[in-house]
Amino acid sequence: MKLQVKLKTKDKIILLKTALHCILFTPAVWVFYLAVQDLLGADPVQAIIHFTGLSALKVLILGLVISPLAPKVKFIPLMQIRRLVGLYAFFYACLHLLSFFTFDLQLDWPLLLSEIVKRPYITVGMFSWLVLLILSVTSAMFIRRKLGKRWQSLHNLVYITVPIAVLHFYWSLKSGWIEPAIYLLITFILLSFRRKKLQRTFSLRGGFT
Amino acid sequence: MLIKNKGKNHLTEAQVTDESIYHQRRDVIKKMGFVGAGGLFTSSTVANTNLFSLFTREAKPLFKTRPLDYKAAILDEQKRTPETKVISHNNFYEFGTKKSDPVENAQHLQVKPWQLKIHGEVNKPFALNYDDLYKHLALEERIYRLRCVEAWSMVIPWLGFSLAKLIQQADPTSDAKYVAFETLHDKDQMPGQRRRFGGINYPYVEGLRIDEAMNPLSFLAVGLYGKTLPPQNGAPIRLVVPWKYGFKSIKSIVSIKLVKHQPPTSWNKLAPQEYGFYANVNPSVSHPRWSQASERRITSGGLFDRNRIATLPFNGYGDEVAYLYKDMDLKKYF
Repeated sequence: MKLQVKLKTKDKIILLKTALHCILFTPAVWVFYLAVQDLLGADPVQAIIHFTGLSALKVLILGLVISPLAPKVKFIPLMQIRRLVGLYAFFYACLHLLSFFTFDLQLDWPLLLSEIVKRPYITVGMFSWLVLLILSVTSAMFIRRKLGKRWQSLHNLVYITVPIAVLHFYWSLKSGWIEPAIYLLITFILLSFRRKKLQRTFSLRGGFT
Repeated sequence: MLIKNKGKNHLTEAQVTDESIYHQRRDVIKKMGFVGAGGLFTSSTVANTNLFSLFTREAKPLFKTRPLDYKAAILDEQKRTPETKVISHNNFYEFGTKKSDPVENAQHLQVKPWQLKIHGEVNKPFALNYDDLYKHLALEERIYRLRCVEAWSMVIPWLGFSLAKLIQQADPTSDAKYVAFETLHDKDQMPGQRRRFGGINYPYVEGLRIDEAMNPLSFLAVGLYGKTLPPQNGAPIRLVVPWKYGFKSIKSIVSIKLVKHQPPTSWNKLAPQEYGFYANVNPSVSHPRWSQASERRITSGGLFDRNRIATLPFNGYGDEVAYLYKDMDLKKYF
């Protein structure tokens, strides 16, 4: 804590971002190493798919923590790490989709397309990935400036994407609902901090522009 | 007498990951937890670990298995799933819903004493105790493909005896049209059975039509890979019906009851639109969550193992069992 007091805001952000890179990137390298070596349980394919999928969801939820947290800890510059967290959520979502396609379906394109159409849990999963793709692409500063006010409306899509990602998780389970329910509960608690904003976005304006 | 089984497709020890290393790696992965909050969401075993225990592994007393005497199977060309994988990747929800839960939570299962009752519509009901399971009938080895409804499969050398032989000894009456199986119901030993909400109603129950049960392929396994069954695979005795999805092959059986009417089955009760009574492996009938046209065969390969293969009707056992269903619409009776 004392160390932080001496640091400038800019340095703190750099430190935070460096820490985030370490925390969020290392596990991906490590699990893929183990999976390639066949040291990740009996079915490394399933293990990788579950790990990357749940990681994407956890990082996405972590992203929702930041804006309610920043004023509470009286450190508004914390908002500057939101994009990085969001991009890591997309990174894990990409690894998740790529692992499913490469290692589970083993590059069978027709099977992938039919699975996206026929399996509701994969349909909603693909939807979530597409939204994250759009948000990631438009997170570049020059696009953000170009989009102006519409940028925020577009990025509010994340609020419906997180529950849909949880739905994707819930539908993918053979039985049980407790684990997805916990994720959903945490999501709603985090969304409740933005009640007013959500009301503005969804009822008064009647959707996105 | 122990007949050693050394075929050219028999895997050597060197090909199999050393069990202790395998467990250590798994532990490291679990203890990584991932992004702090991970601990909040996952099981208590993860939450309770900390950095200091990352590289130390508390010795868990493993369930003791012992070698069995049996008549070895005729060797075939199929590549078997390594034993370490067979005994660590299990669907046995009584011990948790993750594939790695049973091996971790089932090690204290008490199988001695055990009682397996064969009763119901029979003239001579009887029961087998723990020792009887291994000597009542001569043990033989069967190398069967196991096809999970989740679209993965294994090749496993089971030890046991034909279900038909056991049922015949009880002398079924003419009213015996179906066979109902039941798993041990013991909340103290089976943590999964303590869950109050969601999931299976315990005890786990399964069933077969009598002609399916009397088919020579239907097998009661008391061992695998030359030894008694570990608890995660259904110790001390489990069913193996290789032409049906894995969930039909009920584990840790305490009751085999011959009955008049089609008995309830656990997954069918939980999700009737997803799991039928018959549950024959059928590439042309999709599960809502999985295309059943192909499967991933789990052997010794890692992530880049190209192991997706076409699924065969009746899991490739059509010659032996297709006659059982010759006038049935298998899309309706899935």
